[in-house]
Amino acid sequence: MTSSSAPSPISGSAASPALATGLPLAAAGAGGVAMALPGAGSSQDTAASHHAEAGHGAGEGHGDFRLFGLATFLVADGMTFAGFFAAYLTFRAVNPLAEGGNYELELALPTLNTILLLLSSLTFHRAAKAIHQDRTEACRNWLLVTAALGFTFLGGQMVEYFSLPFGLTDNLFASTFYAITGFHGLHVTLGGLMILIIWWQSRQGGRVNRTNLFPLEATELYWHFVDGIWVLLYGILYLL
Amino acid sequence: MTLTLSPPTATPEPQAPLQPQGWLRYFSFSVDHKVIGLQYLVCGFIFYLIGGALAGMIRTELLTPLSDFMPRETYNEVLTLHGTVMIFLWIVPVVNGAFGNYLIPFYVGARDMAFPRLNAVAFWLIPPAGLLLISSYFIGSASQSGWTAYPPLSLTTPATGQVIWILSVLLLGGSSIFGGINFIATILKLRRPGLKMLQLPMFCWALLGTSILVVLSTPVLAGTLVLLSFDIIAHTGFFNPALGGNAVVYQHLFWFYSHPAVYIMVLPAFGLVSEILPVHARKPLFGYITMVYSILAIVVLGLVVWAHHMFTSGTPPWMRLFFTIATSLIAVPTGIKFFNWLATLWGGKIALNTAMLFSCGFIVNFVFGGITGVALAQVPFDIHVHDTYFVVAHFHYIVYGGTVFVIFGSVYHWYPKFTGRLANETLGRLHFVLTFIGFNLCFAPQHWLGLNGMPRRVAEYDPQFTFINQVSSVGALLMAISTLPFLINMVYSAFAGEKAGDNPWRALTPEWLTSSPPPVENWKGPAPLVTHPYGYGAAPEPQVVSASSP
Repeated sequence: MTSSSAPSPISGSAASPALATGLPLAAAGAGGVAMALPGAGSSQDTAASHHAEAGHGAGEGHGDFRLFGLATFLVADGMTFAGFFAAYLTFRAVNPLAEGGNYELELALPTLNTILLLLSSLTFHRAAKAIHQDRTEACRNWLLVTAALGFTFLGGQMVEYFSLPFGLTDNLFASTFYAITGFHGLHVTLGGLMILIIWWQSRQGGRVNRTNLFPLEATELYWHFVDGIWVLLYGILYLL
Repeated sequence: MTLTLSPPTATPEPQAPLQPQGWLRYFSFSVDHKVIGLQYLVCGFIFYLIGGALAGMIRTELLTPLSDFMPRETYNEVLTLHGTVMIFLWIVPVVNGAFGNYLIPFYVGARDMAFPRLNAVAFWLIPPAGLLLISSYFIGSASQSGWTAYPPLSLTTPATGQVIWILSVLLLGGSSIFGGINFIATILKLRRPGLKMLQLPMFCWALLGTSILVVLSTPVLAGTLVLLSFDIIAHTGFFNPALGGNAVVYQHLFWFYSHPAVYIMVLPAFGLVSEILPVHARKPLFGYITMVYSILAIVVLGLVVWAHHMFTSGTPPWMRLFFTIATSLIAVPTGIKFFNWLATLWGGKIALNTAMLFSCGFIVNFVFGGITGVALAQVPFDIHVHDTYFVVAHFHYIVYGGTVFVIFGSVYHWYPKFTGRLANETLGRLHFVLTFIGFNLCFAPQHWLGLNGMPRRVAEYDPQFTFINQVSSVGALLMAISTLPFLINMVYSAFAGEKAGDNPWRALTPEWLTSSPPPVENWKGPAPLVTHPYGYGAAPEPQVVSASSP
């Protein structure tokens, strides 16, 4: 593989599909915001507050099921990746490797990236643990570390993209590789931004505190999910 | 002597909890599940009229063997828009979104859905997506590759329309997923304390199964369509054989969603008809537990039958064998449901009103569509009729003869709940008779056309098929006419219909145990605990807990 003119994966033509992915992602974002809005998970909040008096009706006695809703969404999100993986594996099994194609990828950087992402799951866990013990400052520091690890991962991904000898449209493998890692990268970007928002909102007087932990717990669940997907992705795209 | 007949302003106007806030809330970002349900229903019906007009254009073109009513490209656009509008903007949103949102919170004894704001977001994704889709016809060209958008066809037809089509379907898929998440959370997590899963009305089970299918399969379609848009815009080659890609993989991924989509369209209809039949036959739903297991079996099997759409796509023999067997197996749970409905009717005190007529029409049409479905699962037969009008006839018997009949029946059944007034029975029966005759006249002959080799999706055909096509078009005309008594009925009865009272059908399911239309948050008092929603025939007869009682 000595391609001297390594085409950049981020060319002009790649901007439009980014738009095509962006729109549904924006829609998904709107849904996420709708779920995360305060009180969105309680039916009491809905039509009238005049029924807020306790003691009767449904909705009472139910725990917070917003995390359950998020988990259901993550199942759906995971199915998108499952579809991508299925397509990739079928392509590999059925379609002959194109001229100049190659399934072998450099492993050093992605392995380092895997370690970074797994570490970030650990640091997020520490952050959640800290806030449960009322150590807000420790929690916020762990959150910053997590976000830093996430964005370092993205930086590593960028370095890898620019050093790869193939571009988006070179062959079937290249296209699939960029589509799947790119889709995952979008997830990491979103998660990193969410962590920064949580970090900001957990300041003194912010909206995330011991009485409102849902945003933090939701982001944590999402982050672990994105990590888990990466481990699968690493196994299927890099190791297999 | 001055006349002092001032109105007694001191007496406060009796609070009207039945009609809160007026009609404007139907155009607002309301989070009330009943408002959202009716938003889905009316919005979906408008798209049904649009899709119906497109169908009328198709049947007009097919009056003659030549392509003389519109250019061939326009015909392709029209049939693509017809399929997409009817599936994604009429049936899926209405049978899930409209009735699901309206009824599920009642059935689980809740005051709203689990995520009311997400619910509103899910609805409000639909009108812009629909407008986006239809606008593509006016800016350049709408998609011409059919609702399946198979590559390489979808890569060679005009790109603008195809990309707009993809964006629109992605938005509608997102809406569907949000709805599915909401239904799952509501049914599993928001049940009134003391209410067990096996005491829920059957519609809850149907919608739970549907939502599981939505959550598992819709994202796969979304991902696939994103890849297809890459192929169109960025000239990647995922599904383009000319660039080393694989078009059959698209078919696999597409049908992994789109076969379950059939169950997403009919399972809720199964649920609705299971609610309507017991009420108007005054008998308990026969075989409740077998109904539940059949739904779950259909969900599981529905996920592993997709390749029966691809028997002519070079599928290897083992795959054909597997998918033939799996598909044929679905006839078992479906047959169980069919016989359960018959047994529910058996010996009942049947009231043959419009809701019941449409439900019976559903049973007749659906068993016909089901039988042709089993026939199509058999590889030799499928290869013979693949891509012919036999397939068109089959799936219209399922989605129109099945689901749309149930939608109409449900509208008549729940109309008193929506409005507080009864829909006019004479107009309703006229609607049913016209629809039933028109539908069967339109689609039954298409079986013959398909068996004799008339291909679908083509504007021209062999002149020997002319007469049967004209018969079919007359049926389509009757179907178009049949919407008139329906529309008149809906508008007229809303203002001048007979007052229905709270529970005109003396039904036992929870939505009838409150006033009609229901107050905000569904019950004035605590939600009733309904453990036997089908306890008809057992003494004592239903007790209406009206909103005025404490």
